[in-house]
Amino acid sequence: MSGASLLTFARGPAFEVALAMLIFGMVWRLVGILALRRSRDYSEGRKTAGWVSGLRVIFSRSWPQAEFRERVLHWDIVSYLFHLGYAVAILGYLPHILLIRNLTGLRWPGLPGGAIAFAAGIAAASLLALLGHRLTSPVLRKLSNFDDYFSWFIAFVPLITGLMAYYNIGDSYQMVLGLHILSGDILFAWLPFGKLMHVILFAFSRGKTGAVYGRRGAAI
Amino acid sequence: MKEETGDETVLDVLERRGLTRRAFLQVCAAVTSALALSPAEAARITQVLASKPRPTVIYLSYQECTGCLESLTRSFSPGIASLIFNDISLAFNDTLQAAAGEAAEEAKDSAMKKAWGKYVLIVDGAVPLAENGAYCTVAGRSAVSDLRHAASGAAAVVAVGTCASFGGLPYAAPNPTGAVPVSEIVRDRPIINVSGCPPIAEVITGVIIYYTTFGLPALDRLHRPMSFYGNSIHDRCYRRPFYDRGMFAKTFDDEGARQGWCLYELGCKGPVTHNACPTMKWNGGTSYPIESGHPCLGCSEPDFWDKGGFYRPLSVPTGHWSRAGVMGAAAAAGVVAGLGAAVAARVRQDRTHKPDAGGDTNQKTPKS
Repeated sequence: MSGASLLTFARGPAFEVALAMLIFGMVWRLVGILALRRSRDYSEGRKTAGWVSGLRVIFSRSWPQAEFRERVLHWDIVSYLFHLGYAVAILGYLPHILLIRNLTGLRWPGLPGGAIAFAAGIAAASLLALLGHRLTSPVLRKLSNFDDYFSWFIAFVPLITGLMAYYNIGDSYQMVLGLHILSGDILFAWLPFGKLMHVILFAFSRGKTGAVYGRRGAAI
Repeated sequence: MKEETGDETVLDVLERRGLTRRAFLQVCAAVTSALALSPAEAARITQVLASKPRPTVIYLSYQECTGCLESLTRSFSPGIASLIFNDISLAFNDTLQAAAGEAAEEAKDSAMKKAWGKYVLIVDGAVPLAENGAYCTVAGRSAVSDLRHAASGAAAVVAVGTCASFGGLPYAAPNPTGAVPVSEIVRDRPIINVSGCPPIAEVITGVIIYYTTFGLPALDRLHRPMSFYGNSIHDRCYRRPFYDRGMFAKTFDDEGARQGWCLYELGCKGPVTHNACPTMKWNGGTSYPIESGHPCLGCSEPDFWDKGGFYRPLSVPTGHWSRAGVMGAAAAAGVVAGLGAAVAARVRQDRTHKPDAGGDTNQKTPKS
């Protein structure tokens, strides 16, 4: 397949299928979770408004607890670097903004290409460091399965191909751009079906935990 | 005498026309400059044009709009254009020549016979294959059979324009005539694709001169000369700094457009288009489409008609399906699947343990 036909495929049918899978998967998982039977709490609530604790926990769990801070803080920082770099690269680059505008009608000003490349470089380096940590930590290695590695790969490829396209690395720009968009399509399609769904579910799981324990009076 | 035997060189022709050797050297220098060759190559061009018999060029037109020939005849390098039309033997071109009908066909057959195996065949336009090639016939013969015959006696084939190179407009979906590019018919001769809709005049003439002087130029994977198609429009665009700084025109008449900012958002295909427009420019180096405020259409690339719209930015999906339909159907299917999964989970819960009256139904029975 030539670069031109790959690009046309990635921008055309592949994107449509990926978008359909993204929406289907997200709705399926959210409805499936939200429609589950709720457990009843027979104890008298220490607080009447557990949802306030739920909201607080969504944010308070974004930073390591004091007990663990010394051990994990540097990996949290690396993780933040990845997430922030990824967000800047996705939301700050005009070609990406134009895609979002096409889908939602929303738009905002873009950042200079150099800033985007820097952010993407930081995100890629952070991802590599996090993979190294996962592979070298016996505990993390035991906890990891195919989903973890595949999700890592699916998140990493768009970064690298995007940087390659920006710096015009590779024999054919069209091929590199086509691979970049196709890898983005695969990321869209896979997102709801694996651990990458945490981009949405983290708020639900933290909120639920915070609300339950807050109602019981736990200091969280 | 040399004229009769076909051994006449370009220098011979020029001398016969009363041009001095100095004028000949000036033409060679102009050719070298237009081809962006090193000064050392000027000597080689001079030597070749002065010693080798002048090549015969046959120009055939099929499914095309004559835009490429219009471009060629409006070359702003008179030295090179003159070299092509007067000094290199343009033996047949049905649009330019005075002869018509049977006389024209005889002229073509005679020129081909005389230089069989040695002439340069220039093809302009795509070739239709549907209905046994009935959609384009020349002198009662289908274009495909005409091309096969002409190509079998050619030393090389130069496909001029995107139609001849990649199919172009006739090849665009739904391609009712079954049009194909020259390369799908001629497979046993070297092919140089000079794509563009139309190609820049100096690029067409430059390629012909280069081939007649040095032979086949270095080609990219689409068989286009690297010297003219080696860089993308984006790489050489004078608006590139605005792209890098994130400054884009949003409409054709906003402040960004007036300030000459990047046209990516207006659908510019410069990043994926290889051509010499930003360096050679058009109309004698006056400007090129982007300089005139219009995004690049990507006309020198294959399938440029079918890439989802000229004014749709490159990063935006081509959107052949109904976006609302796709998203709505996917969301509806997601709701059904989610509710189904939740109901299945509840049924499983009910089956795996007996709920007490008012008991916690989420409490699973411990495994023994």
